[in-house]
Amino acid sequence: MKSPLLLAYALRRVVGMIPTLFLIVSASFFIVRLAPGGPFDQEQALPPQIRANLDKLYGLDRPLGVQYLHYLQGLAHGDFGPSFKLRDFSVGELIAQGLPLSLSLGCAAILLAVLAGVPLGIAAALRRNTLTDYGITALVVFGIALPSFVTGPLFALVFGLYLRWLPVAGWEEGTPRYLVLPVLTLALPVIAYIARITRGSLLEVLRANYVRTARARGLGEMRVLWRHALRPALLPVVSYLGPATAFVITGSLVVETVFGLPGTGRYLVQGAINRDYTLVMGMITVYGVLTLFLNLIADLIYGWLDPTVRHE
Amino acid sequence: MSDTYLAPARTARGLWSDARHRLHGNRVVLAATGVIVLIALVALLGPAFSPYADDSLDWQHLAVPPQLEASHWLGTDRLGRDLFVRTLHGVRISLLISLLASAVSLVIGVTWGSVAGYIGGRTDDWMMRFVDVLYSLPYLFIVIILTTVFARGSLTVLLIAIGAVGWLTTARIVRGQTLALKRREFIEAARATGVGTPGIIARHIVPNLIGPVAVYATLTIPQMITFESFLSFLGLGVQEPLASLGSLINDGAQEMQSAPWMLLVPAGFLVTLLVCFNLVGDGLRDALDPRDR
Repeated sequence: MKSPLLLAYALRRVVGMIPTLFLIVSASFFIVRLAPGGPFDQEQALPPQIRANLDKLYGLDRPLGVQYLHYLQGLAHGDFGPSFKLRDFSVGELIAQGLPLSLSLGCAAILLAVLAGVPLGIAAALRRNTLTDYGITALVVFGIALPSFVTGPLFALVFGLYLRWLPVAGWEEGTPRYLVLPVLTLALPVIAYIARITRGSLLEVLRANYVRTARARGLGEMRVLWRHALRPALLPVVSYLGPATAFVITGSLVVETVFGLPGTGRYLVQGAINRDYTLVMGMITVYGVLTLFLNLIADLIYGWLDPTVRHE
Repeated sequence: MSDTYLAPARTARGLWSDARHRLHGNRVVLAATGVIVLIALVALLGPAFSPYADDSLDWQHLAVPPQLEASHWLGTDRLGRDLFVRTLHGVRISLLISLLASAVSLVIGVTWGSVAGYIGGRTDDWMMRFVDVLYSLPYLFIVIILTTVFARGSLTVLLIAIGAVGWLTTARIVRGQTLALKRREFIEAARATGVGTPGIIARHIVPNLIGPVAVYATLTIPQMITFESFLSFLGLGVQEPLASLGSLINDGAQEMQSAPWMLLVPAGFLVTLLVCFNLVGDGLRDALDPRDR
């Protein structure tokens, strides 16, 4: 593949993301605003004067269309507006605070998932219908079935409280020990999916004619695997990476809540519980951008691995 | 679906009878189905055998561990509520919501997919483009927006929120099947006799989709259970005094240092249910998968 073609393709995809992103922002804005109930609804109603002043301060007294344009204008300048509930912070500051931790959590989980899932899948495929295969398949069934809000607390209980190997929850700057259980929790279902996909596609590839030809030419089993079978067998894994990142982003909400990590996922959950409009909209915009870009990266890797993909 | 001429070497056994045949031999699927039925029965009938209600407080027994001979078989929580009864009520709510949400997503998905597939052209483009856009977002955003916005704790909102994200895959599957169906002779015959488009979709397309859609529906149920428990776990789903498995697990996670059974009991039920549903789903898919025979 020629790289200028690839670059043009990537650029076109980025441009194509703009309408989607616009749709996400607009939909979240209007659904959030048109709903009954607001951030200043409390059990004890505020005096009308104070309420009016608050609305004025946050621009909630202006017509919806004006608020929308104002919000879009702010976004274009990278300004997500003030948080309604965490008074001293702007949404941008909260994102900047939480994002590095959330990103390292997510990247570590994906990396672990690939590094563990692919070998497990290969092992299961090569030793098909042996004890190894059944063991890995059982692990896969449990890994896929168990949601992270079950495995997270269970890991904390076993490794944190009983065995005392790792901290139960919390976060200190610069201490990766605190990330071990969260990353494991986040990666487990992805490991399971990747192992299952790798096993299935490798089995299929090993039945293909060109693999039979390679064997007939007298190549050893290992050489057949490395030189011929593995690359096409990993293509479905790469195309799963897009959904996997979405999965990890979703999972990070749980994992950050369970393990008390100050990342963006926890802000999103708290914002949803407190009806903090700007915080929820800002977080959703950030996650939307992340999801779209990670999907693009997965597609580019796919195109790089699969010679039949043409970026025209 | 009954394209038996594709496999002339076999006696005329269609995909479905073949699948049924293979499913019957699958002990794992049978056992898993049995466990699901058992849990559902216990959840329906079990609370009647306990002297406690799901929201009654027993001040004499706060946070007692499970004991078989005592009246609180699975212990109590911090407020003295019986965990056996509460967990079973949680199972009921989780099952109810997930079944109804599957039904909601099925209705939307079948309608959307069959209309898009049958009408085709630009309508199809736009309808499926919409599905693609929704697909590219993590489903949770939509659910979180919906639950941020509408009354929290309302089971109806929860149902709609969960059902609203579940229909995308159904719509895609249905559209694919519809595209294959609409070229068949009986559709052409219906059109020739003057049946209108809505009539053809309702009377001829949808009934022929029931098979694959039913299979996919059993695969959706565990997803819906997970969604529901997930939202309840985060505090965005079922609200006190009602309990779902997710909110019970959240309560248990808070107390696991001093009362680990509060986590282990609901987690055990959820894990069993999810593993069994997944085994059944996998079995069904394998049975229907025409490769690998």
